[in-house]
Amino acid sequence: MSPDAVRKVAKLARLDLSSQEVDTMTRQLAGMLDHFADIDSLDLAAVEPMTQPYPLVNVLRDDVVRPGLDRDEVLSQAPHAQDGRFQVPPIIGLDS
Amino acid sequence: MSDQHSDSPTCVGVPSGVPTTASEIARLVKFSEVSAVSVVDAYLRRIEAFESDVHAFNLVTAETARASAQRIDAEIAAGRNPGPLAGVPIALKDNLCTRAVATTCSSRILDGWEPPYDATVIERLRAAGAVFVGKTNLDEFAMGSSTENSAFGPTLNPHDLTRVSGGSSGGSAAAVAAGFATVSLGSDTGGSIRQPAALCGVVGVKPTYGTVSRYGLVAFASSLDQIGPFSTTVRDAAEVLQIISGHDERDSTSIPQGRLDLVSVLERGVEGLRIGRISDLPGGADPEIESRLEEAFDALRAAGATIVDVSLPSMTYALTAYYLIAPAEASSNLARYDGVRYGLRVDAADTNAMYAATREAGFGDEVKRRIMLGTYALSAGYYDAYYGKALKVRRLISDDFDRAYRSVDVIVTPTSPVVAFPVGSKVDDPLSMYLCDIYTIPTNLAGHPAMSVPFGTGEAGLPVGIQILAPTLGEQTMFRVGAELERRATERFPGGR
Repeated sequence: MSPDAVRKVAKLARLDLSSQEVDTMTRQLAGMLDHFADIDSLDLAAVEPMTQPYPLVNVLRDDVVRPGLDRDEVLSQAPHAQDGRFQVPPIIGLDS
Repeated sequence: MSDQHSDSPTCVGVPSGVPTTASEIARLVKFSEVSAVSVVDAYLRRIEAFESDVHAFNLVTAETARASAQRIDAEIAAGRNPGPLAGVPIALKDNLCTRAVATTCSSRILDGWEPPYDATVIERLRAAGAVFVGKTNLDEFAMGSSTENSAFGPTLNPHDLTRVSGGSSGGSAAAVAAGFATVSLGSDTGGSIRQPAALCGVVGVKPTYGTVSRYGLVAFASSLDQIGPFSTTVRDAAEVLQIISGHDERDSTSIPQGRLDLVSVLERGVEGLRIGRISDLPGGADPEIESRLEEAFDALRAAGATIVDVSLPSMTYALTAYYLIAPAEASSNLARYDGVRYGLRVDAADTNAMYAATREAGFGDEVKRRIMLGTYALSAGYYDAYYGKALKVRRLISDDFDRAYRSVDVIVTPTSPVVAFPVGSKVDDPLSMYLCDIYTIPTNLAGHPAMSVPFGTGEAGLPVGIQILAPTLGEQTMFRVGAELERRATERFPGGR
Protein backbone atom coordinates (compact mmCIF):
# COMPACT_ATOMS: atom_id res chain seq x y z
CA MET A 1 0.00 0.00 0.00
CA SER A 2 1.67 3.23 -1.18
CA PRO A 3 0.58 6.87 -0.90
CA ASP A 4 0.01 6.85 -4.67
CA ALA A 5 -2.30 3.84 -4.41
CA VAL A 6 -4.21 5.57 -1.61
CA ARG A 7 -4.60 8.71 -3.73
CA LYS A 8 -5.88 6.62 -6.64
CA VAL A 9 -8.46 4.84 -4.45
CA ALA A 10 -9.50 8.18 -2.90
CA LYS A 11 -10.21 9.50 -6.40
CA LEU A 12 -12.35 6.45 -7.17
CA ALA A 13 -14.20 6.97 -3.87
CA ARG A 14 -14.69 10.71 -4.51
CA LEU A 15 -12.84 11.69 -1.35
CA ASP A 16 -10.65 14.79 -1.43
CA LEU A 17 -8.19 13.50 1.23
CA SER A 18 -5.63 15.89 2.73
CA SER A 19 -1.95 14.92 2.47
CA GLN A 20 -1.94 14.12 6.20
CA GLU A 21 -4.96 11.84 5.70
CA VAL A 22 -3.17 10.11 2.82
CA ASP A 23 -0.20 9.35 5.12
CA THR A 24 -2.37 8.05 7.97
CA MET A 25 -4.55 6.04 5.61
CA THR A 26 -1.49 4.47 3.91
CA ARG A 27 -0.18 3.26 7.27
CA GLN A 28 -3.57 2.07 8.60
CA LEU A 29 -4.70 0.30 5.44
CA ALA A 30 -1.32 -1.46 5.16
CA GLY A 31 -1.71 -2.70 8.75
CA MET A 32 -5.21 -4.01 8.05
CA LEU A 33 -4.23 -5.74 4.82
CA ASP A 34 -1.36 -7.45 6.69
CA HIS A 35 -3.86 -8.79 9.20
CA PHE A 36 -6.25 -9.84 6.43
CA ALA A 37 -3.50 -11.98 4.85
CA ASP A 38 -4.57 -14.72 7.29
CA ILE A 39 -7.03 -16.03 4.68
CA ASP A 40 -4.27 -16.45 2.08
CA SER A 41 -3.39 -19.86 3.54
CA LEU A 42 -6.90 -21.24 2.87
CA ASP A 43 -7.58 -23.44 -0.15
CA LEU A 44 -10.68 -21.76 -1.58
CA ALA A 45 -10.56 -23.10 -5.13
CA ALA A 46 -13.65 -25.29 -4.76
CA VAL A 47 -15.64 -22.94 -2.51
CA GLU A 48 -18.72 -21.19 -3.88
CA PRO A 49 -18.81 -17.46 -2.96
CA MET A 50 -21.64 -16.41 -0.62
CA THR A 51 -22.99 -12.96 -1.40
CA GLN A 52 -25.94 -12.95 0.99
CA PRO A 53 -27.61 -15.24 3.54
CA TYR A 54 -30.39 -16.43 1.23
CA PRO A 55 -30.48 -17.66 -2.37
CA LEU A 56 -31.04 -14.59 -4.49
CA VAL A 57 -34.37 -14.38 -6.25
CA ASN A 58 -35.99 -11.52 -8.07
CA VAL A 59 -38.79 -10.03 -6.00
CA LEU A 60 -41.42 -8.30 -8.12
CA ARG A 61 -44.51 -6.44 -7.01
CA ASP A 62 -47.74 -6.23 -8.96
CA ASP A 63 -47.46 -3.70 -11.77
CA VAL A 64 -50.02 -1.23 -10.49
CA VAL A 65 -49.76 2.55 -10.18
CA ARG A 66 -49.34 3.77 -6.62
CA PRO A 67 -48.27 7.09 -5.12
CA GLY A 68 -44.55 7.68 -4.54
CA LEU A 69 -42.93 10.13 -2.17
CA ASP A 70 -44.23 13.69 -2.30
CA ARG A 71 -42.01 15.63 -4.73
CA ASP A 72 -42.09 18.92 -2.85
CA GLU A 73 -41.33 17.19 0.44
CA VAL A 74 -38.34 15.39 -1.12
CA LEU A 75 -37.01 18.51 -2.86
CA SER A 76 -37.36 20.55 0.32
CA GLN A 77 -34.48 18.44 1.68
CA ALA A 78 -32.11 19.07 -1.26
CA PRO A 79 -29.18 21.49 -0.80
CA HIS A 80 -30.24 23.17 -4.07
CA ALA A 81 -33.44 22.66 -6.08
CA GLN A 82 -34.88 24.57 -9.02
CA ASP A 83 -38.03 24.17 -11.14
CA GLY A 84 -39.02 20.93 -9.40
CA ARG A 85 -35.59 19.35 -9.91
CA PHE A 86 -32.30 18.82 -8.05
CA GLN A 87 -29.77 21.43 -9.08
CA VAL A 88 -26.07 20.54 -9.49
CA PRO A 89 -22.95 22.35 -10.76
CA PRO A 90 -21.92 21.90 -14.45
CA ILE A 91 -21.33 18.28 -15.50
CA ILE A 92 -20.38 18.48 -19.19
CA GLY A 93 -17.80 20.62 -20.95
CA LEU A 94 -15.15 19.98 -18.30
CA ASP A 95 -12.19 17.65 -18.60
CA SER A 96 -11.94 16.32 -15.04
CA MET B 1 -27.70 3.58 41.51
CA SER B 2 -25.39 0.60 41.55
CA ASP B 3 -22.85 0.34 44.33
CA GLN B 4 -21.14 -2.87 43.33
CA HIS B 5 -18.13 -1.35 41.60
CA SER B 6 -15.49 1.27 42.14
CA ASP B 7 -16.04 4.93 42.82
CA SER B 8 -16.58 5.88 39.17
CA PRO B 9 -19.77 7.87 38.55
CA THR B 10 -22.81 5.86 37.42
CA CYS B 11 -26.42 6.54 36.50
CA VAL B 12 -27.97 3.13 35.99
CA GLY B 13 -31.61 2.99 37.02
CA VAL B 14 -35.27 3.18 36.17
CA PRO B 15 -37.89 5.90 36.69
CA SER B 16 -39.67 5.77 40.04
CA GLY B 17 -43.41 5.62 40.61
CA VAL B 18 -44.31 4.03 37.27
CA PRO B 19 -44.04 0.53 35.81
CA THR B 20 -40.74 -0.01 33.94
CA THR B 21 -41.20 -3.00 31.67
CA ALA B 22 -43.06 -2.87 28.36
CA SER B 23 -45.48 -5.63 29.29
CA GLU B 24 -46.43 -3.97 32.62
CA ILE B 25 -46.74 -0.50 31.11
CA ALA B 26 -48.95 -1.68 28.25
CA ARG B 27 -51.22 -3.66 30.62
CA LEU B 28 -51.61 -0.89 33.22
CA VAL B 29 -52.08 1.83 30.60
CA LYS B 30 -54.69 -0.24 28.78
CA PHE B 31 -56.75 -0.63 31.95
CA SER B 32 -56.25 3.06 32.89
CA GLU B 33 -54.41 2.12 36.09
CA VAL B 34 -51.63 4.44 35.02
CA SER B 35 -51.74 7.07 32.30
CA ALA B 36 -49.42 7.00 29.30
CA VAL B 37 -48.63 10.64 30.05
CA SER B 38 -47.44 9.88 33.59
CA VAL B 39 -45.21 7.09 32.28
CA VAL B 40 -43.55 9.19 29.59
CA ASP B 41 -43.16 12.11 31.99
CA ALA B 42 -41.31 9.86 34.45
CA TYR B 43 -38.90 8.79 31.71
CA LEU B 44 -38.47 12.36 30.46
CA ARG B 45 -37.58 13.43 34.01
CA ARG B 46 -34.74 10.89 34.07
CA ILE B 47 -33.56 12.14 30.69
CA GLU B 48 -33.57 15.68 32.03
CA ALA B 49 -31.61 14.64 35.11
CA PHE B 50 -28.94 12.39 33.55
CA GLU B 51 -28.77 12.81 29.77
CA SER B 52 -26.07 15.47 30.02
CA ASP B 53 -23.87 12.86 31.79
CA VAL B 54 -24.55 10.00 29.35
CA HIS B 55 -25.20 11.62 25.95
CA ALA B 56 -27.40 8.76 24.76
CA PHE B 57 -29.42 10.97 22.40
CA ASN B 58 -28.86 13.08 19.32
CA LEU B 59 -32.40 14.40 19.73
CA VAL B 60 -34.97 14.14 22.54
CA THR B 61 -38.52 14.53 21.19
CA ALA B 62 -40.18 15.41 24.49
CA GLU B 63 -43.08 17.42 23.08
CA THR B 64 -44.16 14.89 20.45
CA ALA B 65 -43.72 12.11 23.03
CA ARG B 66 -46.14 13.86 25.41
CA ALA B 67 -48.57 14.49 22.55
CA SER B 68 -48.49 10.79 21.57
CA ALA B 69 -49.07 9.76 25.17
CA GLN B 70 -52.02 12.14 25.45
CA ARG B 71 -53.49 10.69 22.25
CA ILE B 72 -53.17 7.17 23.65
CA ASP B 73 -54.84 8.16 26.93
CA ALA B 74 -57.64 9.79 24.90
CA GLU B 75 -58.14 6.64 22.81
CA ILE B 76 -58.41 4.54 25.95
CA ALA B 77 -60.90 7.01 27.43
CA ALA B 78 -62.91 6.63 24.20
CA GLY B 79 -62.93 2.87 24.61
CA ARG B 80 -60.60 2.00 21.76
CA ASN B 81 -57.83 -0.62 21.90
CA PRO B 82 -54.54 1.28 22.33
CA GLY B 83 -52.31 -1.58 21.04
CA PRO B 84 -49.92 -4.07 22.62
CA LEU B 85 -47.23 -1.47 23.38
CA ALA B 86 -49.61 1.23 24.63
CA GLY B 87 -47.65 4.03 26.27
CA VAL B 88 -44.28 2.26 26.14
CA PRO B 89 -41.45 4.82 25.81
CA ILE B 90 -39.11 3.76 22.99
CA ALA B 91 -35.83 5.27 21.81
CA LEU B 92 -34.74 4.88 18.18
CA LYS B 93 -31.24 4.59 16.79
CA ASP B 94 -30.60 7.67 14.70
CA ASN B 95 -30.10 5.67 11.50
CA LEU B 96 -33.83 4.81 11.39
CA CYS B 97 -35.78 7.19 9.17
CA THR B 98 -38.45 9.19 10.98
CA ARG B 99 -40.64 11.41 8.81
CA ALA B 100 -40.00 15.13 9.34
CA VAL B 101 -37.76 14.35 12.35
CA ALA B 102 -34.00 14.86 11.88
CA THR B 103 -32.12 11.64 11.10
CA THR B 104 -28.36 12.12 11.21
CA CYS B 105 -26.62 8.73 11.43
CA SER B 106 -24.33 10.79 13.72
CA SER B 107 -22.75 12.21 10.57
CA ARG B 108 -22.20 15.79 9.42
CA ILE B 109 -23.05 14.71 5.89
CA LEU B 110 -26.76 14.39 6.75
CA ASP B 111 -26.78 17.82 8.38
CA GLY B 112 -30.33 19.15 8.52
CA TRP B 113 -31.97 16.17 6.81
CA GLU B 114 -35.56 15.32 7.73
CA PRO B 115 -36.63 12.11 5.96
CA PRO B 116 -39.77 12.22 3.79
CA TYR B 117 -40.92 8.83 5.11
CA ASP B 118 -40.96 6.55 8.17
CA ALA B 119 -39.12 3.24 8.42
CA THR B 120 -41.43 0.20 8.50
CA VAL B 121 -40.43 -0.54 12.11
CA ILE B 122 -41.51 2.98 13.12
CA GLU B 123 -44.94 2.49 11.50
CA ARG B 124 -45.40 -0.85 13.24
CA LEU B 125 -44.37 0.42 16.67
CA ARG B 126 -46.55 3.53 16.34
CA ALA B 127 -49.54 1.38 15.35
CA ALA B 128 -48.87 -0.71 18.48
CA GLY B 129 -49.15 2.38 20.70
CA ALA B 130 -45.44 3.09 21.35
CA VAL B 131 -44.28 6.55 22.39
CA PHE B 132 -41.01 7.71 20.77
CA VAL B 133 -38.78 9.66 23.16
CA GLY B 134 -35.86 10.41 20.84
CA LYS B 135 -33.14 9.46 18.39
CA THR B 136 -30.07 7.81 19.88
CA ASN B 137 -26.38 8.36 19.22
CA LEU B 138 -24.30 5.88 17.22
CA ASP B 139 -20.91 5.48 15.62
CA GLU B 140 -21.17 7.42 12.35
CA PHE B 141 -23.21 5.30 9.90
CA ALA B 142 -23.03 2.46 12.47
CA MET B 143 -19.31 1.96 11.86
CA GLY B 144 -17.62 1.31 15.17
CA SER B 145 -17.68 -0.54 18.47
CA SER B 146 -17.66 2.27 21.01
CA THR B 147 -19.89 5.14 19.74
CA GLU B 148 -16.73 7.27 19.81
CA ASN B 149 -16.96 7.69 16.02
CA SER B 150 -20.07 9.89 16.36
CA ALA B 151 -19.72 13.38 14.89
CA PHE B 152 -21.52 14.58 18.04
CA GLY B 153 -19.24 13.00 20.67
CA PRO B 154 -19.32 9.63 22.47
CA THR B 155 -22.12 8.05 24.49
CA LEU B 156 -20.83 7.08 27.94
CA ASN B 157 -21.59 3.89 29.82
CA PRO B 158 -24.25 4.37 32.53
CA HIS B 159 -22.41 1.78 34.68
CA ASP B 160 -19.21 3.88 34.61
CA LEU B 161 -19.24 7.26 32.93
CA THR B 162 -15.50 7.10 32.21
CA ARG B 163 -16.04 4.12 29.89
CA VAL B 164 -17.58 3.55 26.47
CA SER B 165 -21.12 2.31 25.92
CA GLY B 166 -20.01 -0.02 23.13
CA GLY B 167 -21.21 0.40 19.60
CA SER B 168 -22.37 1.11 17.17
CA SER B 169 -25.80 1.29 18.87
CA GLY B 170 -24.25 2.69 22.07
CA GLY B 171 -26.92 5.36 22.51
CA SER B 172 -29.76 2.82 22.32
CA ALA B 173 -28.05 0.51 24.85
CA ALA B 174 -27.21 3.35 27.24
CA ALA B 175 -30.73 4.82 26.97
CA VAL B 176 -32.22 1.56 28.30
CA ALA B 177 -29.52 1.06 30.97
CA ALA B 178 -30.01 4.64 32.24
CA GLY B 179 -33.80 4.39 32.32
CA PHE B 180 -34.36 6.94 29.54
CA ALA B 181 -36.56 4.49 27.61
CA THR B 182 -38.17 1.13 28.39
CA VAL B 183 -36.91 -0.38 25.16
CA SER B 184 -34.98 0.87 22.17
CA LEU B 185 -34.18 -0.18 18.64
CA GLY B 186 -30.71 -0.59 17.20
CA SER B 187 -29.17 -2.09 14.10
CA ASP B 188 -26.61 -4.90 14.02
CA THR B 189 -24.20 -5.41 11.11
CA GLY B 190 -21.34 -7.13 12.96
CA GLY B 191 -22.45 -6.95 16.60
CA SER B 192 -23.76 -3.40 16.89
CA ILE B 193 -26.74 -4.44 19.04
CA ARG B 194 -25.23 -7.32 21.04
CA GLN B 195 -21.88 -5.77 21.98
CA PRO B 196 -23.27 -2.50 23.43
CA ALA B 197 -26.02 -4.53 25.14
CA ALA B 198 -23.31 -6.62 26.83
CA LEU B 199 -21.24 -3.57 27.83
CA CYS B 200 -24.29 -1.71 29.20
CA GLY B 201 -25.82 -4.71 31.01
CA VAL B 202 -29.05 -4.98 29.00
CA VAL B 203 -30.67 -7.51 26.65
CA GLY B 204 -29.99 -7.08 22.91
CA VAL B 205 -31.26 -9.15 19.99
CA LYS B 206 -30.19 -9.45 16.36
CA PRO B 207 -32.87 -11.50 14.60
CA THR B 208 -32.46 -13.71 11.53
CA TYR B 209 -31.55 -11.70 8.42
CA GLY B 210 -34.82 -10.91 6.64
CA THR B 211 -37.04 -11.18 9.74
CA VAL B 212 -37.37 -7.43 10.34
CA SER B 213 -37.85 -5.06 7.40
CA ARG B 214 -34.86 -2.88 6.61
CA TYR B 215 -37.06 -0.34 4.78
CA GLY B 216 -36.06 3.03 6.23
CA LEU B 217 -32.91 1.76 7.92
CA VAL B 218 -30.03 3.77 6.46
CA ALA B 219 -27.93 1.13 4.72
CA PHE B 220 -24.42 0.26 5.91
CA ALA B 221 -23.77 -3.30 4.62
CA SER B 222 -26.99 -4.53 3.06
CA SER B 223 -26.28 -8.29 3.23
CA LEU B 224 -25.52 -8.05 6.97
CA ASP B 225 -27.68 -5.24 8.47
CA GLN B 226 -30.63 -6.18 10.67
CA ILE B 227 -32.78 -4.17 13.12
CA GLY B 228 -33.44 -5.47 16.64
CA PRO B 229 -34.48 -4.45 20.19
CA PHE B 230 -32.74 -3.56 23.47
CA SER B 231 -34.57 -4.02 26.77
CA THR B 232 -34.05 -4.74 30.44
CA THR B 233 -35.88 -8.08 30.25
CA VAL B 234 -35.91 -10.95 27.76
CA ARG B 235 -39.70 -10.77 27.71
CA ASP B 236 -39.72 -7.15 26.57
CA ALA B 237 -37.29 -7.97 23.76
CA ALA B 238 -39.63 -10.79 22.71
CA GLU B 239 -42.70 -8.51 22.79
CA VAL B 240 -41.07 -5.82 20.67
CA LEU B 241 -39.46 -8.23 18.20
CA GLN B 242 -42.82 -9.91 17.64
CA ILE B 243 -44.33 -6.58 16.69
CA ILE B 244 -41.58 -5.38 14.32
CA SER B 245 -41.06 -8.77 12.62
CA GLY B 246 -42.96 -10.15 9.64
CA HIS B 247 -42.91 -9.68 5.89
CA ASP B 248 -42.70 -6.23 4.29
CA GLU B 249 -42.98 -5.93 0.52
CA ARG B 250 -40.89 -2.75 0.62
CA ASP B 251 -37.77 -4.77 1.58
CA SER B 252 -36.87 -7.26 -1.16
CA THR B 253 -34.82 -9.34 1.33
CA SER B 254 -37.75 -9.66 3.73
CA ILE B 255 -38.64 -13.32 4.41
CA PRO B 256 -42.23 -13.97 3.27
CA GLN B 257 -43.66 -15.13 6.59
CA GLY B 258 -45.75 -13.78 9.44
CA ARG B 259 -44.62 -12.40 12.78
CA LEU B 260 -42.36 -14.35 15.10
CA ASP B 261 -44.11 -16.03 18.05
CA LEU B 262 -41.78 -15.64 21.02
CA VAL B 263 -43.53 -14.62 24.24
CA SER B 264 -45.39 -17.94 24.36
CA VAL B 265 -42.14 -19.98 24.65
CA LEU B 266 -40.38 -18.01 27.39
CA GLU B 267 -41.46 -20.27 30.26
CA ARG B 268 -40.64 -23.53 28.52
CA GLY B 269 -37.15 -23.90 30.01
CA VAL B 270 -34.23 -25.69 28.39
CA GLU B 271 -34.83 -29.30 29.47
CA GLY B 272 -33.49 -31.59 26.75
CA LEU B 273 -31.90 -28.84 24.65
CA ARG B 274 -28.41 -29.39 23.29
CA ILE B 275 -26.22 -26.35 23.91
CA GLY B 276 -23.04 -25.99 21.86
CA ARG B 277 -19.73 -24.93 23.39
CA ILE B 278 -17.20 -23.90 20.73
CA SER B 279 -14.08 -25.98 21.42
CA ASP B 280 -11.89 -23.86 19.13
CA LEU B 281 -13.32 -20.46 20.14
CA PRO B 282 -10.77 -17.77 19.20
CA GLY B 283 -9.02 -16.77 22.42
CA GLY B 284 -8.50 -13.40 23.97
CA ALA B 285 -11.50 -13.10 26.28
CA ASP B 286 -10.77 -11.68 29.72
CA PRO B 287 -10.47 -14.43 32.39
CA GLU B 288 -13.52 -13.10 34.26
CA ILE B 289 -15.60 -13.29 31.09
CA GLU B 290 -14.47 -16.88 30.57
CA SER B 291 -15.52 -17.63 34.18
CA ARG B 292 -19.00 -16.18 33.56
CA LEU B 293 -19.24 -18.30 30.40
CA GLU B 294 -18.44 -21.47 32.37
CA GLU B 295 -21.03 -20.48 34.97
CA ALA B 296 -23.57 -20.00 32.19
CA PHE B 297 -22.89 -23.55 30.96
CA ASP B 298 -23.23 -24.82 34.57
CA ALA B 299 -26.53 -22.98 34.93
CA LEU B 300 -27.93 -24.40 31.69
CA ARG B 301 -26.76 -27.90 32.64
CA ALA B 302 -28.48 -27.51 36.01
CA ALA B 303 -31.65 -26.52 34.14
CA GLY B 304 -31.64 -29.78 32.19
CA ALA B 305 -29.72 -28.94 29.02
CA THR B 306 -26.81 -30.95 27.65
CA ILE B 307 -23.56 -29.16 26.79
CA VAL B 308 -21.98 -30.46 23.59
CA ASP B 309 -18.59 -29.44 22.15
CA VAL B 310 -18.71 -28.19 18.56
CA SER B 311 -15.92 -27.07 16.26
CA LEU B 312 -16.05 -23.96 14.05
CA PRO B 313 -12.58 -24.00 12.47
CA SER B 314 -13.29 -21.10 10.08
CA MET B 315 -14.53 -18.73 12.81
CA THR B 316 -11.02 -17.38 13.25
CA TYR B 317 -11.18 -15.98 9.69
CA ALA B 318 -14.53 -14.22 10.23
CA LEU B 319 -12.94 -10.90 11.18
CA THR B 320 -11.05 -10.73 7.88
CA ALA B 321 -14.08 -11.74 5.81
CA TYR B 322 -16.25 -9.19 7.61
CA TYR B 323 -13.82 -6.29 7.38
CA LEU B 324 -13.56 -6.83 3.62
CA ILE B 325 -17.25 -7.51 2.88
CA ALA B 326 -18.83 -4.84 5.11
CA PRO B 327 -16.58 -1.98 3.87
CA ALA B 328 -17.06 -3.15 0.27
CA GLU B 329 -20.83 -2.95 0.62
CA ALA B 330 -20.52 0.32 2.56
CA SER B 331 -18.38 1.94 -0.12
CA SER B 332 -21.20 1.26 -2.56
CA ASN B 333 -24.08 2.22 -0.21
CA LEU B 334 -22.42 5.47 0.87
CA ALA B 335 -21.89 6.59 -2.73
CA ARG B 336 -25.34 8.18 -2.43
CA TYR B 337 -24.00 10.94 -0.14
CA ASP B 338 -22.97 13.22 -2.96
CA GLY B 339 -24.38 16.60 -1.96
CA VAL B 340 -27.21 16.39 -4.51
CA ARG B 341 -30.37 15.12 -2.84
CA TYR B 342 -30.02 15.64 0.91
CA GLY B 343 -27.79 16.90 3.67
CA LEU B 344 -24.50 18.71 3.28
CA ARG B 345 -23.17 20.25 0.06
CA VAL B 346 -19.78 21.93 -0.28
CA ASP B 347 -19.96 23.98 -3.48
CA ALA B 348 -17.28 23.65 -6.15
CA ALA B 349 -16.81 24.54 -9.82
CA ASP B 350 -18.02 21.23 -11.24
CA THR B 351 -19.98 18.22 -10.07
CA ASN B 352 -17.04 15.88 -9.51
CA ALA B 353 -15.22 18.47 -7.40
CA MET B 354 -18.47 19.11 -5.48
CA TYR B 355 -18.85 15.38 -4.73
CA ALA B 356 -15.28 15.06 -3.43
CA ALA B 357 -15.36 18.28 -1.40
CA THR B 358 -18.74 17.40 0.15
CA ARG B 359 -17.68 13.86 1.08
CA GLU B 360 -14.32 15.00 2.44
CA ALA B 361 -16.02 17.55 4.71
CA GLY B 362 -19.03 15.42 5.64
CA PHE B 363 -17.55 12.03 6.58
CA GLY B 364 -15.49 11.30 9.69
CA ASP B 365 -12.23 9.34 9.85
CA GLU B 366 -13.66 5.84 10.39
CA VAL B 367 -16.21 6.19 7.60
CA LYS B 368 -13.50 7.39 5.21
CA ARG B 369 -11.28 4.49 6.30
CA ARG B 370 -14.01 1.96 5.52
CA ILE B 371 -14.95 3.59 2.21
CA MET B 372 -11.27 3.48 1.22
CA LEU B 373 -10.84 -0.14 2.33
CA GLY B 374 -14.01 -1.20 0.53
CA THR B 375 -13.22 0.70 -2.64
CA TYR B 376 -9.76 -0.88 -2.67
CA ALA B 377 -11.14 -4.40 -2.07
CA LEU B 378 -13.53 -3.94 -5.01
CA SER B 379 -11.11 -2.23 -7.39
CA ALA B 380 -9.81 -3.77 -10.61
CA GLY B 381 -6.88 -6.06 -9.93
CA TYR B 382 -7.72 -6.57 -6.23
CA TYR B 383 -11.33 -7.80 -6.39
CA ASP B 384 -10.42 -11.51 -6.57
CA ALA B 385 -7.64 -11.23 -3.99
CA TYR B 386 -9.79 -9.50 -1.38
CA TYR B 387 -13.56 -9.25 -1.91
CA GLY B 388 -13.86 -12.47 -3.92
CA LYS B 389 -11.87 -14.42 -1.34
CA ALA B 390 -13.85 -12.93 1.53
CA LEU B 391 -17.11 -14.16 -0.04
CA LYS B 392 -15.68 -17.69 -0.13
CA VAL B 393 -14.58 -17.48 3.50
CA ARG B 394 -18.13 -16.35 4.31
CA ARG B 395 -19.35 -19.62 2.79
CA LEU B 396 -16.88 -21.66 4.90
CA ILE B 397 -18.14 -19.98 8.07
CA SER B 398 -21.76 -20.58 7.12
CA ASP B 399 -20.96 -24.25 6.34
CA ASP B 400 -19.24 -24.61 9.74
CA PHE B 401 -22.40 -23.40 11.47
CA ASP B 402 -24.58 -25.76 9.40
CA ARG B 403 -22.42 -28.72 10.49
CA ALA B 404 -22.48 -27.61 14.14
CA TYR B 405 -26.28 -27.24 14.16
CA ARG B 406 -26.66 -30.88 13.19
CA SER B 407 -25.55 -31.78 16.73
CA VAL B 408 -26.75 -28.79 18.79
CA ASP B 409 -29.82 -26.53 19.03
CA VAL B 410 -27.99 -23.33 19.98
CA ILE B 411 -24.39 -22.24 20.63
CA VAL B 412 -23.35 -20.16 23.65
CA THR B 413 -20.31 -17.83 23.71
CA PRO B 414 -19.26 -14.59 25.37
CA THR B 415 -20.74 -11.56 23.57
CA SER B 416 -17.60 -9.45 23.89
CA PRO B 417 -14.03 -10.47 24.79
CA VAL B 418 -13.82 -7.47 27.16
CA VAL B 419 -16.03 -5.43 29.48
CA ALA B 420 -16.62 -1.72 28.76
CA PHE B 421 -13.22 -0.10 28.15
CA PRO B 422 -12.09 3.44 29.03
CA VAL B 423 -13.03 6.20 26.60
CA GLY B 424 -10.16 6.90 24.21
CA SER B 425 -8.26 3.66 24.87
CA LYS B 426 -8.75 2.13 21.42
CA VAL B 427 -9.53 5.06 19.10
CA ASP B 428 -6.04 5.26 17.61
CA ASP B 429 -5.80 1.56 16.80
CA PRO B 430 -8.59 0.52 14.41
CA LEU B 431 -7.61 -3.17 14.48
CA SER B 432 -7.86 -3.45 18.27
CA MET B 433 -11.32 -1.87 18.01
CA TYR B 434 -12.32 -4.35 15.29
CA LEU B 435 -11.29 -7.27 17.55
CA CYS B 436 -14.14 -6.30 19.93
CA ASP B 437 -16.49 -7.92 17.41
CA ILE B 438 -14.74 -11.27 17.14
CA TYR B 439 -17.58 -13.26 18.73
CA THR B 440 -20.47 -11.35 17.16
CA ILE B 441 -19.39 -11.08 13.51
CA PRO B 442 -19.74 -14.75 12.43
CA THR B 443 -23.51 -14.63 13.04
CA ASN B 444 -24.02 -11.73 10.65
CA LEU B 445 -22.00 -13.45 7.93
CA ALA B 446 -24.25 -16.51 8.25
CA GLY B 447 -27.46 -14.44 8.57
CA HIS B 448 -28.41 -16.22 11.79
CA PRO B 449 -30.14 -14.83 14.90
CA ALA B 450 -28.22 -14.11 18.11
CA MET B 451 -28.88 -12.36 21.40
CA SER B 452 -26.90 -11.06 24.36
CA VAL B 453 -28.21 -11.52 27.90
CA PRO B 454 -26.59 -9.92 30.99
CA PHE B 455 -24.89 -12.54 33.17
CA GLY B 456 -23.01 -11.18 36.17
CA THR B 457 -20.04 -8.87 36.15
CA GLY B 458 -16.34 -8.90 35.31
CA GLU B 459 -13.45 -6.52 35.82
CA ALA B 460 -14.31 -3.50 38.00
CA GLY B 461 -17.83 -4.85 38.53
CA LEU B 462 -18.82 -4.07 34.94
CA PRO B 463 -21.54 -6.05 33.12
CA VAL B 464 -20.78 -9.24 31.19
CA GLY B 465 -23.04 -10.45 28.39
CA ILE B 466 -23.52 -14.05 27.33
CA GLN B 467 -24.35 -14.58 23.67
CA ILE B 468 -26.79 -17.21 22.36
CA LEU B 469 -26.49 -18.15 18.68
CA ALA B 470 -29.14 -20.10 16.80
CA PRO B 471 -29.65 -21.30 13.21
CA THR B 472 -31.85 -19.46 10.69
CA LEU B 473 -35.28 -18.71 12.23
CA GLY B 474 -34.22 -20.43 15.46
CA GLU B 475 -35.50 -17.47 17.53
CA GLN B 476 -37.89 -19.55 19.65
CA THR B 477 -35.16 -21.84 20.96
CA MET B 478 -32.80 -18.89 21.34
CA PHE B 479 -35.34 -17.01 23.48
CA ARG B 480 -35.99 -20.10 25.63
CA VAL B 481 -32.27 -20.22 26.44
CA GLY B 482 -32.17 -16.43 26.92
CA ALA B 483 -35.07 -16.53 29.36
CA GLU B 484 -33.45 -19.39 31.30
CA LEU B 485 -30.12 -17.55 31.55
CA GLU B 486 -31.99 -14.47 32.78
CA ARG B 487 -33.73 -16.52 35.51
CA ARG B 488 -30.44 -18.16 36.55
CA ALA B 489 -28.61 -14.80 36.53
CA THR B 490 -31.18 -13.39 38.91
CA GLU B 491 -30.52 -16.31 41.31
CA ARG B 492 -26.74 -16.28 40.97
CA PHE B 493 -26.07 -12.57 41.02
CA PRO B 494 -28.66 -11.09 43.38
CA GLY B 495 -28.65 -7.32 43.50
CA GLY B 496 -27.25 -6.95 40.01
CA ARG B 497 -27.39 -8.90 36.80
